[in-house]
Amino acid sequence: MFAYYLDLALRSLRRNKVLTALMVLAIAVGIGASMTTLTVVHLLSGDPIPGKSSVLYFPQLDPENPARPDHTEPYPAMDYRSAMDLWSAHRADRQAIITSSSVKVRARDTGRPPLILGMLSTSADFFPMFEVPFQYGSGWSAQDDARHARVAVISHDLNDKLFSGEDSVGRTVRVRDTDVRIVGVLKPWRPTPLFYDPWARNFSKTEDVFLPFTSSMEINEGNFQAFTCWHVPDDTHHLQNADCVWVWLWAELDSPAKVSSYTRFVTDYAQQQKAAGRFATGKEHVRVRDVMTMLTERGMVPGDVRLQAWLASAFLAICLFNAVGLLLAKFLRRSGEIGVRRALGASRRAIFAQCLVEAGVIGLLGGFFGWLLTLAGLWLVRQQPVDYAHLAHLDIGMFLATFVMAIAASLLAGVIPALRASRVVPAWQLKAL
Amino acid sequence: MQIRPILAALRRHRLATLLIAMEVALACAVLCNACFLVAQRWNLIRINSGVDESALAVLTVNGFESSQAADVNARMLAGLRGIAGMQSVSLINQVPFGPQAGAAGISRDPGSFKNKIGVVDFVLGGPGTYEALGLKLVEGRLPQPDDYRPATNFAPPDAQVLVSRALANHAWPGESPLGKEFWCDKLHFRVIGVVDHLARAHPRDWGAQAVEWAVFTPVLPGGSLAGTYLLRANPADLPRVLRTARDAVAKIAPDVVLDQENSRTIGDLRADYFKSDRIMIDLLIGVIVTMLGVTALGIVGLASFWVQQRRRQIGIRRAIGATRADILHYFQTENFLIVTGGIVLGMVLAYGLNLLLMTQYELPRLPLFYLPIGALVLWGLGQLAVLGPALRAAAVPPVVATRSV
Repeated sequence: MFAYYLDLALRSLRRNKVLTALMVLAIAVGIGASMTTLTVVHLLSGDPIPGKSSVLYFPQLDPENPARPDHTEPYPAMDYRSAMDLWSAHRADRQAIITSSSVKVRARDTGRPPLILGMLSTSADFFPMFEVPFQYGSGWSAQDDARHARVAVISHDLNDKLFSGEDSVGRTVRVRDTDVRIVGVLKPWRPTPLFYDPWARNFSKTEDVFLPFTSSMEINEGNFQAFTCWHVPDDTHHLQNADCVWVWLWAELDSPAKVSSYTRFVTDYAQQQKAAGRFATGKEHVRVRDVMTMLTERGMVPGDVRLQAWLASAFLAICLFNAVGLLLAKFLRRSGEIGVRRALGASRRAIFAQCLVEAGVIGLLGGFFGWLLTLAGLWLVRQQPVDYAHLAHLDIGMFLATFVMAIAASLLAGVIPALRASRVVPAWQLKAL
Repeated sequence: MQIRPILAALRRHRLATLLIAMEVALACAVLCNACFLVAQRWNLIRINSGVDESALAVLTVNGFESSQAADVNARMLAGLRGIAGMQSVSLINQVPFGPQAGAAGISRDPGSFKNKIGVVDFVLGGPGTYEALGLKLVEGRLPQPDDYRPATNFAPPDAQVLVSRALANHAWPGESPLGKEFWCDKLHFRVIGVVDHLARAHPRDWGAQAVEWAVFTPVLPGGSLAGTYLLRANPADLPRVLRTARDAVAKIAPDVVLDQENSRTIGDLRADYFKSDRIMIDLLIGVIVTMLGVTALGIVGLASFWVQQRRRQIGIRRAIGATRADILHYFQTENFLIVTGGIVLGMVLAYGLNLLLMTQYELPRLPLFYLPIGALVLWGLGQLAVLGPALRAAAVPPVVATRSV
């Protein structure tokens, strides 16, 4: 029966090509617009480190003193002292202390002019915690952290630039005024969003140079930037004792028990500091969030993208209303035919099914052209000067979703017209013939 | 034209009528809000930065120690001033649409941030910067040589500053801002002048009200005021002058690193800063046009169907004396009634959509005049769309009445 309905549907669609084209176009445009924006939203709200995002935690507390009445959330970073205290307590399975800055880098033997690069200051656990992939060598050890060792890990990009992609482990680069030995070279690595860095740029690249936190404090002293300060520092170049937030932590906690005990530890610390008069706010502003919660809280999807998604949905709704109207016209125009079929014994259900098959075929065609439009839309997104542009590709899931959505939309649009068509009274139509 | 028979006929086609009305209502809601968003963005990208954008460029170098700042400044100023066509070179910490260097909260009292005024941008400039920017003084006086003081912190401990008119109106409404004082923690500022306009580095980030909350602070070069240079040249010469200046850096100061991204004309920085807004405007206009097109197609489709369905009735009406104009007007009035119904619903929807957008984004309330404009557009669109089918209906000959279809 299905094959027969399909045949009928195709014949009917061929009979009025303009109307068919209009309906397919309306659905295709609606699907194309909404799938483009939904794909972008879907990609931007993805999990940057699947499999580990639920065991990585971002502790926050609020060192601001005096407290600001309009602040209900702590800053996404801490002052140096709190971060150091929490990190050196080693209360998590693995933990990384992090900050970032820019630094001048030269490779003396290459003769290239110096570069200003982003440097991530962190500790040994960073690499295993975030499953950072290595091309050559490896990360540094906890002893290197303790010894303030002059070692570095460099990005794949930088290795290409300075050493044309060769194994550069053991060679040295000059970071500001200090020679550091390269111990590892990363594979191309670009977690998106750049979750481990809570500062605003969601879709930036990773830093090019990774140095032990302890050694980088000495090497790049004076060049660290504060996220914000609540007192103007006496010396803007030395933030260690300033009332500024600029350092943050990540902790790996693989069981709920560990999470609650770590949370208790951070809370106790905040309470102690409050009691000692250093903090104005204690446990009220303590947060220990996992990756996805932290990212949701910070707002991953840019406002413009959400706005586009809203617009596209409204647009799809308009296209659907349009399709319902046109399908209604199309089906009722064939009332005479339907009357004959009913008179020859077809049930209402059969007419209904036939109409829905026709709507489904239109949906399939709309989905196909919608898919092409989505590809074109994503291509347009990639041409935009936005930092997430490189992400805009259609994955298998969204490819299938395009068709599912198109067919669902056209079936939905077909239900009311099909119901109307199945209620055609055969006698009236036969009389009119 | 009698409306009663039209309404009676529409009652027999409730579903189709409702569909068109709903489509018009949604289109009306989206149209009003999308136009409003376009207008918002348009106002944003036309911000008056207050500076002579076409004559200014910025050149940024870094990678030197703060102990070298005085030496780098001296060499850069001397070297860049020697370039043919260069009108002036001076020190600045930030320019409109470039990287933000000095945003800080200010208050009317010293110490902790009580009695807050807001977060403002501090534009620090060395001697010559004020003149080079081309700011327009509306009140007070220009900075004098002894107003330029060394900055021990990011700003001098006691500074004589000029504020934008927008900031003056916000901080001291209805009062003369001249001589007024404000504080940033322990740093003290006194207002000596008011400039007409001065945009902050990232005008979009701080809300529509705070676009021009900027303070021009005269500072002696050195310390934190080093490495960013404001170049002024004849607008026609500017691209060449900037290119020469960029190439000259390697000779003037071989140790420093030129910041490629932030060594550009203010015009380029501005175009870049608002690129995403321009795209959004194009996109919104695209959506509006396509949406109106789809709505029009829907009206054409359904109207054609009705005309075909009623051929016989039209023939009968023509046979008993209706003129072609009567038939034409019948379909036009019918469309007007349906679209009007859609518009009434659409205005409610438009308002609701605006409320929703207001909770999601920092958007003001939809000005009411958008609603009648939206209504006019949709009425026009409906009439245009129905014209073809209505003319076809008017062309139905009376003889149809005597034939069976």
